[in-house]
Amino acid sequence: MTPDDIAAAIPDGAVLGIGGWGSRRKPMALVRALCRSPARDLTVVACAGPDLGLLCAYGKVRRAVVPFATLDSVPLEPWFRRAREEGRIALTEYDEGLFMFGLLAAAHRLPFLPTPAGLRSDVMRVNPELRTVRSPYPSPGHPGGEELAAAPALRLDAAFVHVNRADRRGNGQYLGPDPYLDDLFAKAADRTYLSCERIVEGFDGPPQTLLISRATVAGVAETPGGAHFTSCEPDYGRDERFQRAYAAAAKDPGAWDRFRASAVDAGEDAYQREARR
Amino acid sequence: MTAPPTRAEVAVAACADAWRGDGEVLAAAMAPCSVLGARLARASFSPDLLTTDGAAVLTREPVPLGADGEAEGWLPFRDHLWLVLHGRRHVMLGASQMDAEGRSNISCVGDWERPTAQLLGVRGCPGNTVRNTVSYWVPRHSRRVFTPKVDMVSGVAAADAHELRRVVTDLAVMDFGGPGRTLRLVSAHPGSTVQQVRDATGFDLALPEGGAAAVAETRVPTGEELRLLREVLDPGGVRDKEVPG
Repeated sequence: MTPDDIAAAIPDGAVLGIGGWGSRRKPMALVRALCRSPARDLTVVACAGPDLGLLCAYGKVRRAVVPFATLDSVPLEPWFRRAREEGRIALTEYDEGLFMFGLLAAAHRLPFLPTPAGLRSDVMRVNPELRTVRSPYPSPGHPGGEELAAAPALRLDAAFVHVNRADRRGNGQYLGPDPYLDDLFAKAADRTYLSCERIVEGFDGPPQTLLISRATVAGVAETPGGAHFTSCEPDYGRDERFQRAYAAAAKDPGAWDRFRASAVDAGEDAYQREARR
Repeated sequence: MTAPPTRAEVAVAACADAWRGDGEVLAAAMAPCSVLGARLARASFSPDLLTTDGAAVLTREPVPLGADGEAEGWLPFRDHLWLVLHGRRHVMLGASQMDAEGRSNISCVGDWERPTAQLLGVRGCPGNTVRNTVSYWVPRHSRRVFTPKVDMVSGVAAADAHELRRVVTDLAVMDFGGPGRTLRLVSAHPGSTVQQVRDATGFDLALPEGGAAAVAETRVPTGEELRLLREVLDPGGVRDKEVPG
Protein backbone atom coordinates (compact mmCIF):
# COMPACT_ATOMS: atom_id res chain seq x y z
CA MET A 1 0.00 0.00 0.00
CA THR A 2 0.99 3.65 -0.28
CA PRO A 3 0.67 6.06 2.64
CA ASP A 4 -2.23 7.70 0.81
CA ASP A 5 -3.99 4.32 0.43
CA ILE A 6 -3.61 3.77 4.16
CA ALA A 7 -4.88 7.26 5.01
CA ALA A 8 -7.92 6.62 2.80
CA ALA A 9 -8.75 3.57 4.95
CA ILE A 10 -9.23 5.73 8.07
CA PRO A 11 -12.89 6.78 8.36
CA ASP A 12 -14.18 9.94 10.01
CA GLY A 13 -14.48 9.55 13.77
CA ALA A 14 -11.99 6.65 13.96
CA VAL A 15 -10.10 5.88 17.17
CA LEU A 16 -6.51 5.84 15.90
CA GLY A 17 -3.52 4.61 17.92
CA ILE A 18 -0.11 5.91 16.86
CA GLY A 19 3.08 4.06 17.86
CA GLY A 20 6.47 5.47 18.75
CA TRP A 21 7.11 7.72 21.75
CA GLY A 22 7.43 11.53 21.83
CA SER A 23 9.64 12.42 18.90
CA ARG A 24 10.91 8.83 18.40
CA ARG A 25 10.07 6.39 15.59
CA LYS A 26 6.73 8.00 14.78
CA PRO A 27 4.96 6.88 11.57
CA MET A 28 5.21 10.41 10.23
CA ALA A 29 4.77 9.51 6.53
CA LEU A 30 1.40 7.94 7.41
CA VAL A 31 0.52 10.96 9.58
CA ARG A 32 1.42 13.33 6.73
CA ALA A 33 -0.80 11.30 4.39
CA LEU A 34 -3.63 11.47 6.93
CA CYS A 35 -3.22 15.27 7.06
CA ARG A 36 -3.73 15.37 3.27
CA SER A 37 -6.79 13.08 3.47
CA PRO A 38 -10.38 14.16 4.16
CA ALA A 39 -10.56 12.22 7.48
CA ARG A 40 -11.83 14.23 10.44
CA ASP A 41 -13.06 14.00 14.05
CA LEU A 42 -10.35 11.53 15.00
CA THR A 43 -9.60 10.29 18.50
CA VAL A 44 -5.81 9.98 18.67
CA VAL A 45 -4.33 7.57 21.25
CA ALA A 46 -0.56 8.01 21.62
CA CYS A 47 2.55 8.71 23.67
CA ALA A 48 2.40 11.86 21.67
CA GLY A 49 4.84 14.00 19.77
CA PRO A 50 4.68 15.76 16.41
CA ASP A 51 2.25 13.09 15.17
CA LEU A 52 -0.48 14.54 17.36
CA GLY A 53 0.81 18.07 16.72
CA LEU A 54 0.55 17.83 12.92
CA LEU A 55 -2.91 16.29 13.13
CA CYS A 56 -3.97 19.14 15.44
CA ALA A 57 -2.50 21.67 13.00
CA TYR A 58 -4.71 20.18 10.26
CA GLY A 59 -7.81 20.20 12.48
CA LYS A 60 -8.16 16.41 12.35
CA VAL A 61 -8.38 15.76 16.09
CA ARG A 62 -11.58 15.70 18.14
CA ARG A 63 -10.01 14.07 21.20
CA ALA A 64 -6.48 13.17 22.31
CA VAL A 65 -5.92 10.26 24.72
CA VAL A 66 -2.37 10.80 25.95
CA PRO A 67 -0.10 10.80 29.01
CA PHE A 68 2.02 13.60 27.48
CA ALA A 69 2.94 15.40 24.29
CA THR A 70 6.57 16.38 23.72
CA LEU A 71 9.19 16.81 21.01
CA ASP A 72 11.82 15.50 23.51
CA SER A 73 14.64 17.92 22.59
CA VAL A 74 12.01 20.69 22.37
CA PRO A 75 10.06 20.13 25.58
CA LEU A 76 6.57 21.21 24.51
CA GLU A 77 4.61 20.22 21.38
CA PRO A 78 3.58 23.56 19.83
CA TRP A 79 0.42 22.55 17.94
CA PHE A 80 -0.94 20.43 20.78
CA ARG A 81 -0.39 23.45 23.04
CA ARG A 82 -2.30 25.73 20.72
CA ALA A 83 -5.16 23.27 20.26
CA ARG A 84 -5.53 22.96 24.03
CA GLU A 85 -5.15 26.66 24.78
CA GLU A 86 -7.66 27.58 22.07
CA GLY A 87 -10.07 24.89 23.31
CA ARG A 88 -10.13 23.10 19.96
CA ILE A 89 -9.65 19.51 21.20
CA ALA A 90 -10.97 17.35 24.01
CA LEU A 91 -8.42 15.57 26.19
CA THR A 92 -8.24 12.32 28.11
CA GLU A 93 -5.08 12.79 30.19
CA TYR A 94 -3.68 9.56 31.70
CA ASP A 95 -0.62 8.60 33.69
CA GLU A 96 1.87 6.72 31.45
CA GLY A 97 1.39 3.44 33.32
CA LEU A 98 -2.40 3.78 33.32
CA PHE A 99 -2.16 4.40 29.57
CA MET A 100 0.00 1.31 28.99
CA PHE A 101 -2.39 -0.83 31.04
CA GLY A 102 -5.26 0.47 28.87
CA LEU A 103 -3.42 -0.83 25.80
CA LEU A 104 -2.51 -4.09 27.58
CA ALA A 105 -6.16 -4.60 28.53
CA ALA A 106 -7.26 -3.99 24.93
CA ALA A 107 -4.50 -6.26 23.60
CA HIS A 108 -5.81 -9.06 25.83
CA ARG A 109 -9.48 -8.20 25.13
CA LEU A 110 -10.02 -7.47 28.82
CA PRO A 111 -12.42 -4.69 29.93
CA PHE A 112 -9.84 -3.13 32.27
CA LEU A 113 -6.65 -3.72 34.24
CA PRO A 114 -6.07 -2.52 37.81
CA THR A 115 -3.22 -0.17 38.71
CA PRO A 116 -2.39 2.34 41.44
CA ALA A 117 -1.08 4.81 38.82
CA GLY A 118 -3.44 7.78 38.78
CA LEU A 119 -4.91 7.36 42.26
CA ARG A 120 -4.97 10.48 44.45
CA SER A 121 -3.84 12.65 41.52
CA ASP A 122 -6.00 14.95 39.37
CA VAL A 123 -6.06 12.24 36.67
CA MET A 124 -9.08 10.96 38.60
CA ARG A 125 -10.62 14.47 38.73
CA VAL A 126 -10.28 15.34 35.03
CA ASN A 127 -11.43 11.89 33.90
CA PRO A 128 -14.66 11.47 35.89
CA GLU A 129 -15.50 8.34 33.86
CA LEU A 130 -12.52 6.53 35.46
CA ARG A 131 -13.62 4.00 38.07
CA THR A 132 -11.76 2.19 40.81
CA VAL A 133 -11.89 -1.50 41.63
CA ARG A 134 -11.28 -3.27 44.94
CA SER A 135 -9.14 -6.41 45.13
CA PRO A 136 -11.12 -9.43 46.38
CA TYR A 137 -7.96 -10.56 48.19
CA PRO A 138 -6.72 -9.08 51.46
CA SER A 139 -3.10 -7.91 51.46
CA PRO A 140 -0.71 -6.38 54.01
CA GLY A 141 -2.03 -2.93 54.81
CA HIS A 142 -5.28 -3.63 52.96
CA PRO A 143 -7.32 -6.14 55.00
CA GLY A 144 -10.43 -5.26 52.99
CA GLY A 145 -8.60 -5.48 49.65
CA GLU A 146 -6.55 -2.76 47.94
CA GLU A 147 -8.45 -0.17 45.92
CA LEU A 148 -6.96 0.46 42.48
CA ALA A 149 -7.73 2.49 39.38
CA ALA A 150 -9.43 0.40 36.69
CA ALA A 151 -7.65 1.36 33.46
CA PRO A 152 -10.31 0.95 30.76
CA ALA A 153 -9.28 -0.97 27.64
CA LEU A 154 -8.04 1.39 24.92
CA ARG A 155 -9.57 -0.44 21.97
CA LEU A 156 -8.46 1.09 18.69
CA ASP A 157 -10.20 1.07 15.33
CA ALA A 158 -6.80 1.36 13.68
CA ALA A 159 -3.14 1.80 14.55
CA PHE A 160 -0.17 3.32 12.69
CA VAL A 161 3.28 1.91 13.48
CA HIS A 162 6.66 2.55 11.83
CA VAL A 163 9.49 -0.02 12.01
CA ASN A 164 12.94 -0.44 10.50
CA ARG A 165 12.18 -3.52 8.38
CA ALA A 166 9.08 -5.41 7.29
CA ASP A 167 8.18 -8.12 4.85
CA ARG A 168 5.37 -7.92 2.32
CA ARG A 169 3.07 -9.98 4.53
CA GLY A 170 3.24 -7.46 7.37
CA ASN A 171 5.79 -8.86 9.80
CA GLY A 172 7.70 -5.96 11.34
CA GLN A 173 11.18 -5.70 12.86
CA TYR A 174 12.61 -2.93 15.05
CA LEU A 175 16.39 -2.54 15.22
CA GLY A 176 16.73 0.35 17.68
CA PRO A 177 17.11 0.24 21.46
CA ASP A 178 13.42 0.49 22.38
CA PRO A 179 10.26 -1.15 21.03
CA TYR A 180 8.20 1.61 22.74
CA LEU A 181 4.60 0.29 22.98
CA ASP A 182 4.27 -0.53 19.27
CA ASP A 183 3.29 -4.20 19.60
CA LEU A 184 0.63 -3.22 22.14
CA PHE A 185 -0.83 -0.67 19.73
CA ALA A 186 -0.93 -3.36 17.03
CA LYS A 187 -2.62 -5.85 19.34
CA ALA A 188 -5.11 -3.28 20.69
CA ALA A 189 -6.26 -2.29 17.18
CA ASP A 190 -8.73 -3.90 14.82
CA ARG A 191 -6.50 -2.97 11.87
CA THR A 192 -2.84 -2.03 12.06
CA TYR A 193 -1.04 -0.27 9.24
CA LEU A 194 2.69 -0.65 9.17
CA SER A 195 5.24 1.57 7.48
CA CYS A 196 8.90 0.63 7.27
CA GLU A 197 12.27 1.92 6.12
CA ARG A 198 12.73 -1.05 3.84
CA ILE A 199 10.76 -4.11 2.77
CA VAL A 200 12.94 -7.23 2.93
CA GLU A 201 12.58 -10.82 1.71
CA GLY A 202 13.99 -12.21 4.96
CA PHE A 203 15.04 -10.80 8.32
CA ASP A 204 18.56 -10.44 9.73
CA GLY A 205 19.02 -10.30 13.48
CA PRO A 206 17.62 -12.18 16.46
CA PRO A 207 13.96 -13.27 16.44
CA GLN A 208 13.12 -11.09 19.45
CA THR A 209 13.50 -8.04 17.17
CA LEU A 210 10.43 -9.27 15.24
CA LEU A 211 8.05 -7.02 17.12
CA ILE A 212 4.95 -6.98 14.92
CA SER A 213 3.12 -10.08 13.69
CA ARG A 214 1.40 -10.10 10.29
CA ALA A 215 -1.65 -11.53 12.12
CA THR A 216 -2.32 -8.01 13.43
CA VAL A 217 -1.41 -6.09 10.26
CA ALA A 218 -3.82 -4.99 7.54
CA GLY A 219 -1.34 -3.24 5.26
CA VAL A 220 2.31 -2.36 4.77
CA ALA A 221 3.93 0.65 3.12
CA GLU A 222 7.62 1.01 2.32
CA THR A 223 8.45 4.61 3.35
CA PRO A 224 12.22 5.30 3.47
CA GLY A 225 12.63 8.22 5.87
CA GLY A 226 9.07 7.54 6.96
CA ALA A 227 9.71 8.50 10.60
CA HIS A 228 11.47 11.75 9.67
CA PHE A 229 11.85 14.23 11.46
CA THR A 230 11.59 11.93 14.49
CA SER A 231 14.35 9.40 15.21
CA CYS A 232 14.44 5.90 13.74
CA GLU A 233 17.54 4.33 15.21
CA PRO A 234 19.80 2.84 13.96
CA ASP A 235 18.76 3.99 10.48
CA TYR A 236 18.83 7.68 11.47
CA GLY A 237 18.62 9.99 14.45
CA ARG A 238 16.18 12.82 14.96
CA ASP A 239 16.56 15.71 12.49
CA GLU A 240 16.93 18.39 15.15
CA ARG A 241 17.28 21.23 12.64
CA PHE A 242 14.08 20.24 10.84
CA GLN A 243 12.23 19.75 14.14
CA ARG A 244 13.27 23.22 15.31
CA ALA A 245 11.99 24.63 12.02
CA TYR A 246 8.66 22.85 12.60
CA ALA A 247 8.39 24.21 16.16
CA ALA A 248 9.33 27.73 15.06
CA ALA A 249 6.91 27.68 12.12
CA ALA A 250 4.04 26.86 14.49
CA LYS A 251 4.47 30.32 16.04
CA ASP A 252 4.22 32.30 12.81
CA PRO A 253 1.32 32.04 10.31
CA GLY A 254 3.42 32.90 7.26
CA ALA A 255 6.18 30.48 8.21
CA TRP A 256 3.57 27.79 8.89
CA ASP A 257 1.97 28.21 5.47
CA ARG A 258 5.38 27.71 3.88
CA PHE A 259 6.21 24.76 6.13
CA ARG A 260 2.96 22.92 5.51
CA ALA A 261 3.08 23.54 1.77
CA SER A 262 6.54 21.98 1.42
CA ALA A 263 6.47 19.48 4.30
CA VAL A 264 2.98 18.00 3.98
CA ASP A 265 0.81 19.25 1.15
CA ALA A 266 3.38 18.64 -1.61
CA GLY A 267 3.31 14.90 -1.00
CA GLU A 268 5.76 12.39 0.46
CA ASP A 269 8.25 12.31 -2.42
CA ALA A 270 8.61 16.10 -2.39
CA TYR A 271 8.90 16.01 1.41
CA GLN A 272 11.73 13.49 1.34
CA ARG A 273 13.60 15.56 -1.25
CA GLU A 274 13.17 18.60 1.00
CA ALA A 275 14.31 16.66 4.07
CA ARG A 276 17.52 15.56 2.34
CA ARG A 277 18.50 19.05 1.21
CA MET B 1 44.61 25.16 41.99
CA THR B 2 41.03 23.96 41.66
CA ALA B 3 38.40 26.59 40.86
CA PRO B 4 35.79 26.98 43.63
CA PRO B 5 32.52 25.08 43.12
CA THR B 6 29.86 26.83 41.05
CA ARG B 7 26.22 27.09 42.11
CA ALA B 8 25.39 24.32 39.62
CA GLU B 9 28.03 22.04 41.13
CA VAL B 10 26.66 22.60 44.64
CA ALA B 11 23.18 21.76 43.31
CA VAL B 12 24.42 18.60 41.56
CA ALA B 13 26.07 17.36 44.77
CA ALA B 14 22.83 18.10 46.66
CA CYS B 15 20.92 16.08 44.05
CA ALA B 16 23.44 13.25 44.43
CA ASP B 17 22.91 13.25 48.20
CA ALA B 18 19.22 12.43 47.64
CA TRP B 19 20.28 8.90 46.57
CA ARG B 20 22.75 8.41 49.43
CA GLY B 21 22.15 5.07 51.13
CA ASP B 22 19.61 3.87 48.55
CA GLY B 23 21.50 0.70 47.63
CA GLU B 24 20.71 -1.27 44.47
CA VAL B 25 17.86 0.78 43.00
CA LEU B 26 17.41 2.63 39.73
CA ALA B 27 18.41 6.28 40.12
CA ALA B 28 16.13 7.86 37.50
CA ALA B 29 16.33 11.51 36.47
CA MET B 30 15.60 13.70 33.44
CA ALA B 31 17.21 17.15 33.70
CA PRO B 32 20.96 17.81 33.34
CA CYS B 33 21.73 18.54 37.02
CA SER B 34 19.55 15.72 38.40
CA VAL B 35 20.98 13.22 35.87
CA LEU B 36 24.47 14.34 36.86
CA GLY B 37 23.51 13.94 40.52
CA ALA B 38 22.46 10.33 39.96
CA ARG B 39 25.66 9.52 38.07
CA LEU B 40 27.83 11.38 40.58
CA ALA B 41 26.25 9.45 43.47
CA ARG B 42 26.97 6.18 41.69
CA ALA B 43 30.52 7.22 40.73
CA SER B 44 31.34 8.11 44.35
CA PHE B 45 29.41 7.10 47.46
CA SER B 46 26.54 4.89 46.13
CA PRO B 47 28.23 2.48 43.69
CA ASP B 48 25.35 -0.04 43.70
CA LEU B 49 22.90 2.40 42.07
CA LEU B 50 21.70 1.63 38.55
CA THR B 51 21.85 4.44 35.99
CA THR B 52 21.02 4.71 32.31
CA ASP B 53 22.42 6.38 29.20
CA GLY B 54 19.32 8.58 29.12
CA ALA B 55 17.63 6.10 26.79
CA ALA B 56 17.05 2.33 27.08
CA VAL B 57 20.46 1.12 28.26
CA LEU B 58 21.51 0.47 31.86
CA THR B 59 25.21 1.27 31.65
CA ARG B 60 28.04 -0.70 33.23
CA GLU B 61 29.60 2.55 34.47
CA PRO B 62 28.00 5.98 35.04
CA VAL B 63 28.48 7.67 31.66
CA PRO B 64 29.11 11.33 30.74
CA LEU B 65 26.09 13.40 29.72
CA GLY B 66 25.06 12.54 26.16
CA ALA B 67 27.50 9.62 25.87
CA ASP B 68 26.82 5.96 25.17
CA GLY B 69 28.22 3.28 27.42
CA GLU B 70 28.65 -0.44 27.61
CA ALA B 71 25.36 -2.07 28.62
CA GLU B 72 24.81 -4.06 31.79
CA GLY B 73 21.09 -4.21 31.19
CA TRP B 74 18.14 -3.10 29.11
CA LEU B 75 15.40 -0.78 30.33
CA PRO B 76 13.06 0.29 27.53
CA PHE B 77 10.19 2.63 28.45
CA ARG B 78 7.80 -0.27 29.09
CA ASP B 79 10.19 -1.63 31.72
CA HIS B 80 10.46 1.77 33.37
CA LEU B 81 6.68 1.50 33.75
CA TRP B 82 7.08 -2.01 35.14
CA LEU B 83 9.70 -0.79 37.58
CA VAL B 84 7.47 2.08 38.72
CA LEU B 85 4.99 -0.47 40.10
CA HIS B 86 7.65 -2.96 41.18
CA GLY B 87 9.15 -0.14 43.19
CA ARG B 88 12.95 -0.52 43.22
CA ARG B 89 13.39 3.00 41.94
CA HIS B 90 14.09 6.49 43.29
CA VAL B 91 13.24 9.11 40.71
CA MET B 92 14.06 12.80 40.71
CA LEU B 93 11.22 14.54 38.88
CA GLY B 94 10.78 18.10 37.70
CA ALA B 95 7.94 20.42 38.72
CA SER B 96 6.51 23.49 37.04
CA GLN B 97 4.45 24.11 40.20
CA MET B 98 4.63 22.71 43.73
CA ASP B 99 2.52 23.49 46.78
CA ALA B 100 3.45 23.34 50.47
CA GLU B 101 2.10 19.78 50.80
CA GLY B 102 4.28 18.54 47.91
CA ARG B 103 1.68 18.30 45.17
CA SER B 104 3.42 18.92 41.86
CA ASN B 105 2.27 19.94 38.40
CA ILE B 106 3.87 19.51 34.96
CA SER B 107 0.57 19.27 33.09
CA CYS B 108 -0.80 22.74 32.44
CA VAL B 109 -1.20 26.21 33.94
CA GLY B 110 -4.68 27.61 34.47
CA ASP B 111 -8.01 25.85 34.24
CA TRP B 112 -7.44 22.28 32.99
CA GLU B 113 -10.53 22.48 30.75
CA ARG B 114 -8.93 25.35 28.83
CA PRO B 115 -5.42 26.04 30.11
CA THR B 116 -3.65 29.35 29.68
CA ALA B 117 -0.45 27.34 29.14
CA GLN B 118 -0.46 23.69 28.13
CA LEU B 119 2.68 21.99 29.40
CA LEU B 120 3.79 18.34 29.11
CA GLY B 121 0.85 16.44 30.55
CA VAL B 122 1.07 14.36 33.73
CA ARG B 123 3.54 11.84 32.20
CA GLY B 124 4.37 9.18 34.82
CA CYS B 125 4.13 11.49 37.84
CA PRO B 126 0.96 10.00 39.38
CA GLY B 127 2.33 6.44 39.35
CA ASN B 128 5.81 7.52 40.35
CA THR B 129 4.64 9.37 43.42
CA VAL B 130 2.31 6.64 44.72
CA ARG B 131 4.79 3.79 44.22
CA ASN B 132 8.39 5.09 44.20
CA THR B 133 10.62 7.19 46.36
CA VAL B 134 10.48 10.58 44.69
CA SER B 135 12.63 13.68 44.93
CA TYR B 136 12.35 16.85 42.87
CA TRP B 137 14.85 19.06 41.07
CA VAL B 138 13.79 22.65 40.37
CA PRO B 139 16.48 24.64 38.53
CA ARG B 140 14.88 28.03 39.22
CA HIS B 141 13.44 28.52 42.71
CA SER B 142 10.63 31.08 42.40
CA ARG B 143 7.14 32.00 43.55
CA ARG B 144 5.84 30.85 40.18
CA VAL B 145 6.98 27.33 40.98
CA PHE B 146 6.40 27.23 44.74
CA THR B 147 2.79 28.33 44.75
CA PRO B 148 -0.08 28.04 47.26
CA LYS B 149 -2.15 25.92 44.84
CA VAL B 150 -1.10 23.83 41.84
CA ASP B 151 -3.42 23.93 38.83
CA MET B 152 -3.29 20.17 38.11
CA VAL B 153 -2.07 17.55 40.59
CA SER B 154 0.30 15.37 38.58
CA GLY B 155 2.45 14.30 41.54
CA VAL B 156 0.49 13.53 44.73
CA ALA B 157 0.96 15.24 48.11
CA ALA B 158 3.59 13.95 50.54
CA ALA B 159 0.83 12.59 52.77
CA ASP B 160 -0.54 10.51 49.85
CA ALA B 161 2.83 9.52 48.38
CA HIS B 162 5.01 6.45 48.82
CA GLU B 163 7.83 8.76 49.98
CA LEU B 164 8.72 12.29 48.96
CA ARG B 165 12.39 12.48 49.94
CA ARG B 166 13.69 15.97 49.15
CA VAL B 167 13.47 18.96 46.86
CA VAL B 168 16.67 20.47 45.50
CA THR B 169 16.66 23.89 43.80
CA ASP B 170 19.28 26.37 42.63
CA LEU B 171 18.95 28.06 46.04
CA ALA B 172 18.32 25.40 48.64
CA VAL B 173 17.55 21.88 49.80
CA MET B 174 14.14 21.11 51.32
CA ASP B 175 12.38 18.06 52.69
CA PHE B 176 8.85 17.31 53.90
CA GLY B 177 9.52 17.50 57.62
CA GLY B 178 7.34 20.58 58.16
CA PRO B 179 4.01 20.46 60.06
CA GLY B 180 1.62 17.97 58.38
CA ARG B 181 4.36 16.79 55.98
CA THR B 182 4.87 20.20 54.43
CA LEU B 183 7.96 21.57 52.74
CA ARG B 184 10.73 22.50 55.16
CA LEU B 185 13.97 24.30 54.46
CA VAL B 186 16.94 22.05 55.28
CA SER B 187 19.88 24.00 53.89
CA ALA B 188 20.57 27.10 51.82
CA HIS B 189 23.32 26.94 49.22
CA PRO B 190 26.46 29.01 49.82
CA GLY B 191 25.64 32.55 48.71
CA SER B 192 21.88 32.15 49.38
CA THR B 193 20.26 33.42 52.57
CA VAL B 194 17.30 31.91 54.40
CA GLN B 195 15.37 35.11 53.75
CA GLN B 196 16.13 34.93 50.04
CA VAL B 197 14.82 31.34 49.87
CA ARG B 198 11.67 32.18 51.81
CA ASP B 199 11.07 35.28 49.65
CA ALA B 200 11.31 33.11 46.52
CA THR B 201 8.68 30.72 47.91
CA GLY B 202 5.00 31.57 47.43
CA PHE B 203 3.87 30.08 50.74
CA ASP B 204 5.19 30.09 54.29
CA LEU B 205 8.18 27.74 54.07
CA ALA B 206 8.68 25.81 57.30
CA LEU B 207 12.01 26.05 59.10
CA PRO B 208 13.78 23.44 61.18
CA GLU B 209 13.42 23.43 64.93
CA GLY B 210 15.51 26.39 66.05
CA GLY B 211 14.37 28.57 63.16
CA ALA B 212 16.49 30.37 60.58
CA ALA B 213 19.63 29.95 62.68
CA ALA B 214 19.22 26.16 62.45
CA VAL B 215 19.20 26.14 58.63
CA ALA B 216 22.48 24.62 57.51
CA GLU B 217 24.62 25.71 54.61
CA THR B 218 24.46 23.16 51.79
CA ARG B 219 27.72 21.25 51.60
CA VAL B 220 30.11 21.96 48.77
CA PRO B 221 31.29 19.09 46.56
CA THR B 222 34.49 17.34 47.56
CA GLY B 223 37.61 17.65 45.42
CA GLU B 224 37.00 14.18 44.00
CA GLU B 225 33.36 15.03 43.20
CA LEU B 226 34.47 18.18 41.39
CA ARG B 227 37.02 16.17 39.42
CA LEU B 228 34.36 13.61 38.43
CA LEU B 229 31.94 16.34 37.37
CA ARG B 230 34.42 18.52 35.50
CA GLU B 231 36.65 15.91 33.89
CA VAL B 232 34.44 12.83 33.50
CA LEU B 233 30.67 13.32 33.70
CA ASP B 234 30.15 16.83 32.27
CA PRO B 235 33.32 18.22 30.68
CA GLY B 236 31.12 20.35 28.38
CA GLY B 237 29.63 22.23 31.35
CA VAL B 238 25.97 21.55 30.57
CA ARG B 239 25.25 21.92 34.31
CA ASP B 240 26.31 25.59 34.24
CA LYS B 241 23.87 26.28 31.40
CA GLU B 242 21.00 24.85 33.45
CA VAL B 243 22.05 26.83 36.55
CA PRO B 244 24.06 29.91 35.59
CA GLY B 245 26.67 30.98 38.15
